[in-house]
Amino acid sequence: MVEILFYVFAAVAIGSALGVVTARTPVGSLLFMVVTLASLAGVYVLLEAHFLAAAQIIVYAGAIMVLFLFVIMLLNLGHEYRRDLQGGLAAVLSFIVVGALAGMLARQFQSAGALDAVDAAGARAIDAALVEQGAVGVIAQPLFTTYVVPFEITGILLLVAIVGALVLAKRKVS
Amino acid sequence: MITPAMVLSAILFVVGTFGVLVRRNAIIMFLCIELQLNAVNLAFVALSRIWGIEGQVFVFFVMTVAAAEAAVGLAIIISIFRHYETVNVDNFNLLKW
Repeated sequence: MVEILFYVFAAVAIGSALGVVTARTPVGSLLFMVVTLASLAGVYVLLEAHFLAAAQIIVYAGAIMVLFLFVIMLLNLGHEYRRDLQGGLAAVLSFIVVGALAGMLARQFQSAGALDAVDAAGARAIDAALVEQGAVGVIAQPLFTTYVVPFEITGILLLVAIVGALVLAKRKVS
Repeated sequence: MITPAMVLSAILFVVGTFGVLVRRNAIIMFLCIELQLNAVNLAFVALSRIWGIEGQVFVFFVMTVAAAEAAVGLAIIISIFRHYETVNVDNFNLLKW
């Protein structure tokens, strides 16, 4: 059952990822992206990362994608598909780069079957932790002890991002 | 189920890279970069089953950084659009050579 669901989510994710790249308008691209993010959230649930699945839907598919949608609507884009695609030498080069990248990644998976043996033990450990601490507690525990300094720095990063976005997008007063 | 998840992550990363290279609309390139970030997140989540829950904590950080990056990047795109009236990256070649 889990396997079948995984392959359904994976197929939807790959199909809509291709949709993101090939969609004619930015809005279509963005809606495909939302589908990709939602099916990735499904994959996270199957991998027993329940909190991250919820955060993926709320933060990514909710907040960030709506921000993109606001900007696309604000700028009124998407009337020049032909000029939007790279042509000539750049297209050939990007095919070569992507092919090389895919080949390199595919070589990594020739010996990857060994991971699945370790996976069963890892899944049992995560199951035990989930029962003991709950879906949020299992992330919150390391987040607020071992990684508390990076967590606080993340807060500063968000503040800087807010100020930076305001300064950049503000209309110049003259 | 780690190997299929890693394969899915690799495929999504390659598709995202292809999108960044082949499109010229700055916002769609940006969306494809988000796609790459999500592929990396999926790899983190899959490998957290072997190497412990820290992988999921890192995904949390990646999501925060992606939110900050989206805010700043879209602000840059808006201010570029005010200047050039387009978001086609071919027109932004002042720092290219």
